[in-house]
Amino acid sequence: MTTCSSTRWNLVLIGMLSVLLITPHAFGQQPAEQPSTQPAAPPAPAQPPAPPAGQLPITQPQPTAVPGRPDIPNAEVNTQIRPVPAPPLAAPEDKLPIPQLKLPKGFKIEVYASGIANARSLRLGDKGTVFVSNRVLDKVYAIVDKNGKREVKVIASGLDRPNGLAFHNGTLYIAEGAQISKLEKIEDNLDNPPKPIVIYNDFVNYQSHGWKFMGLGPDNKLYVNVGSPCNICEPPETNGQIRRISLDGSSADVVARGVRNSVGFDWHPVTKELYFTDNGRDWLSEDLPEDELNRVTKIGQHFGFPYCHQGTFTDREMGWGRSCNEFEKPVALLGPHSAALGMRFYTGTMFPPEYRNVIFIARHGSWNKTKKVGGDIVIAKLNKDGSVKSWEPFLTGFLQNNEYIGRPVDVQVMKDGSLLVSDDYAGAVYRVTYGSSKVAKR
Amino acid sequence: MGGLLGVVLVLMMAALPARAASLEEGPDGPAPTQSHQRLAPCLACHGEKGQSEQPEVPSLGAQPAFYVMVQLYMFRERLRTVEIMNTMTQGLTDDDLRSMADIIAKLPPPRPVEAPGDPARLDRARALIQQHRCNFCHNPNFSGVQQVPRLAGQREDYLVKALREYKSNTRRSYDAAMGDVLYAISDEQLLDLAYFLARFQ
Repeated sequence: MTTCSSTRWNLVLIGMLSVLLITPHAFGQQPAEQPSTQPAAPPAPAQPPAPPAGQLPITQPQPTAVPGRPDIPNAEVNTQIRPVPAPPLAAPEDKLPIPQLKLPKGFKIEVYASGIANARSLRLGDKGTVFVSNRVLDKVYAIVDKNGKREVKVIASGLDRPNGLAFHNGTLYIAEGAQISKLEKIEDNLDNPPKPIVIYNDFVNYQSHGWKFMGLGPDNKLYVNVGSPCNICEPPETNGQIRRISLDGSSADVVARGVRNSVGFDWHPVTKELYFTDNGRDWLSEDLPEDELNRVTKIGQHFGFPYCHQGTFTDREMGWGRSCNEFEKPVALLGPHSAALGMRFYTGTMFPPEYRNVIFIARHGSWNKTKKVGGDIVIAKLNKDGSVKSWEPFLTGFLQNNEYIGRPVDVQVMKDGSLLVSDDYAGAVYRVTYGSSKVAKR
Repeated sequence: MGGLLGVVLVLMMAALPARAASLEEGPDGPAPTQSHQRLAPCLACHGEKGQSEQPEVPSLGAQPAFYVMVQLYMFRERLRTVEIMNTMTQGLTDDDLRSMADIIAKLPPPRPVEAPGDPARLDRARALIQQHRCNFCHNPNFSGVQQVPRLAGQREDYLVKALREYKSNTRRSYDAAMGDVLYAISDEQLLDLAYFLARFQ
């Protein structure tokens, strides 16, 4: 104990403490009580306390508890399969993992912008502004590029898990835990952004998988995942789906059901079909199930959750009486617990021709697995009929010695054909280029 | 209340420069860092030896540094709304948060309640912990790790308060884990859990 070793120090503290003892109610949230070394036994109220004004709304009860958590007799193993923390502070630029990252021959990676804690979804504005969202924090950022010099601005804060972003016609749409709002003419007002205007709030507020991914469809509607509020459960009718909503929020319908939690989707540049990643359930086994890449060929299709996983086997609890043949099968399996998140079709021209219309997919990396998988960007190559021919790693190195030094979340194809990658672990956005294309100065 | 709070804060802040000056004159030990000085008013409530004597104020001793840093960040950014903590963390830099968290993590762990406790309540809590796998994240000895807080020896009233706030979503979770787990835990069960953890040796 080094902080309070000196006598004087203690005297100061005692002085302070005596101030506190005179006015203890200023520090506790209950009426004054004599401090005691024994914790007070609190009475059990009939109802949980209501939230004070200005605080978060009460979440709905979860449909189930924590079912399906196995007995793992080995306590050492237990410690290796718990969630990976998401740091609230960004890594300094000189600590970013650029030297450890690996790409195919001819590609280069640089830091596009640093100091963006919990950098999540990426969207590109018409005038070249890159918007970056948060999941565990409360902000939306804008990265402005002026002749290769980049500036990061906070354009919204105090939001509730504002993970989902979409951009249309000068307006940025932000999907939070329980609402969608918009910032009009945002690129003209980055230094004095307007307050977000809520356009839609027909979401039940869940903690579990409550954050949203959002994109603008070819039909100019907002597509939003409404995650299943659990690891494994029968989700309520309102959840476990991808929903599309008109830009004014006045109408909505369900595009895909049986979705556990999708945190990435995009539309095929030619067929305009929706492809989406979906995260498989936890705590089933080290190797099962794999995360899915799905394709919606008809509005309202059901993709299996919670009854069927990866199109091949029924759930050990929820799957009885069901068959995987009842549901749409994934077009690719992306690795067990790998957390396949953001994805985009490559529509640029900077990369070699064979990259045209491949899907870049960010795998955030597993936590519910002792030997981690993911922590990379993979590419999925498609056949003419829209099925997946193969997939392979593209950008690797975020996973070193079974620990993450970065975790990719989303990708964004830029107008010049370069590819941005967000990293919510290091709090940065990277830029991948090909060939002799000039790496812009920061 | 607001006015009184302000007065107390001013008094606490005022005490700091005096201390720094006296140390320069002739310290008994190594001069504490700026972060140590800034922590003085914090530890006046939370307990300078890691053990809080204040109702519903948590003991911070041996809390994982990552967890402390996250909570300080959430207070500074007003992601958690607790007036005094929001005030105390205003103006702290990211580096301040990191170094204060590191110092707090080195405080000794709080002492558990020594009285033996009601065996029936302790058994009920053990069964709940087994059922909900609390030990997966919080460690079998409830020491916590990284973003997961230490629970062993924490004040019972604070544990009850925190659990109720997570359950009712009045306390913002940094991630969704506690909201998930607490759905199926009743208020009565939550009291048993707090009772057990405050006595955990």
